[in-house]
Amino acid sequence: MNKKELISKISEKIHEEAKDAGKIKIMHLCGTHEDTITKYNLRSLLPDNIKLLSGPGCPVCIIPDEDLQKVFHLIEKENIIFTTFGDMARVPHNGKSLFYYKAKGYDIRIVYSIFDAIKIARNSSRTVVHFGIGFETTMPSTALAILDAPENFCVFSSHRYFIPAMEHLISLGVEVNGFINPGHVSTITGIKAYEKIKKYGIPQIISGFEPEDVMLSILKLIKAIKRGDAEVFNEYTRAVTYDGNVMAQKVMDDVFSVDDWEWRGLGVVPRSGAVIKEEYSEFDVVKVFEDAFSDFVPVEDKAKKACRCGDVLRGIITPLDCPLFNKRCTPKDPVGACMVSFEGTCNIWAKFGVERN
Amino acid sequence: MCLAIPAEVEEVNFPIAIVNFGGTRKEVRIDLLPDVRVGDYVLVHVGYAIQKVDVKEVEELAAIYQKLQEEGIL
Ligand code: SF4
Ligand code: SF4
Repeated sequence: MNKKELISKISEKIHEEAKDAGKIKIMHLCGTHEDTITKYNLRSLLPDNIKLLSGPGCPVCIIPDEDLQKVFHLIEKENIIFTTFGDMARVPHNGKSLFYYKAKGYDIRIVYSIFDAIKIARNSSRTVVHFGIGFETTMPSTALAILDAPENFCVFSSHRYFIPAMEHLISLGVEVNGFINPGHVSTITGIKAYEKIKKYGIPQIISGFEPEDVMLSILKLIKAIKRGDAEVFNEYTRAVTYDGNVMAQKVMDDVFSVDDWEWRGLGVVPRSGAVIKEEYSEFDVVKVFEDAFSDFVPVEDKAKKACRCGDVLRGIITPLDCPLFNKRCTPKDPVGACMVSFEGTCNIWAKFGVERN
Repeated sequence: MCLAIPAEVEEVNFPIAIVNFGGTRKEVRIDLLPDVRVGDYVLVHVGYAIQKVDVKEVEELAAIYQKLQEEGIL
């Protein structure tokens, strides 16, 4: 038996199970899951009553414009070296992006790992500021870097805890019958982190990223939904344990405390922001450059008026419902963040040529 | 952004290991997985090994199929 046969077997089984299941909406929460789903056209293997929505699963997409503008503000005012992961460098605001600043001669460097940013700092006398983005998967590496950083290094923390966002989504009234939980966030947090979401009565499954993983997760969810069973299931058993990576959790707890921070599309999500603790304030850009931020005023980006990223991130619309999709907004010339990031739903749909049929 | 890719550990020199991603060798940090050994498979994310993976479960489709049948899923 090959992969294709296995997937079509699971698909058959899904059709069988779904027959008497009524309408079911399943939301996945991870850009990499959307990538698998779209690349393998998995939606076409599902019956009409099973809908797969994509949620706020891309850390680049959910960073609000205000964070980005603060970064631009700092770069304009201070003679720093600014390091970032590549995806983030293309997100536009009012016609500017980190790449724009790079082209203008500001010292912006794309790094693969925060460890590379530390190396740059060790070899320079200037201050290196790293753009700390990402959920629980990425946060431990930033925490480790802070514990081991030279004096001329600090972090702009835009890190956000993912699991509070799930609870927030439910509180916003997003209609979902089952969640496919992000596999790599879960390698760190473990299954246990989702326990407190059980009370909402929505079954969840932690899933791997192969097409058969996702299909199997859908099948297991449909069965659970029919039984009325709101467990947290784990399909990604090869990488996710009940407790997760305890050491990584501890490092995160040592360095970060929580605050209520805003997300693009979701508004303020309680206890989702990763603030660098007071004891490490010498590595926190907000404290180190307090004066530079004192005259910061956020401005709106008029080009984004028609952009519907917020609705895409809540699973309310698909990219096809955005009037700008593949017209004014393309991967080459993006308007919104969801078209920039490789894990943004709009980018994925454009890349694989999804069209209205 | 938090995509993680499995790689085989070839050399360990804490806190750094050399891993192999299907032919490409790379240095990664293993601070978060202090007990990795040569021959283990790990998920690598932004330069850090974040969790061990059970490769057997990844590679053998026949085994997966059998497991699903035993669980009564297929
Ligand atoms: S197509 Fe572009 S403008 Fe529309 S929601 Fe997506 S990113 Fe925003
Ligand atoms: S950050 Fe992790 S959970 Fe989020 S989209 Fe990327 S792989 Fe998925």
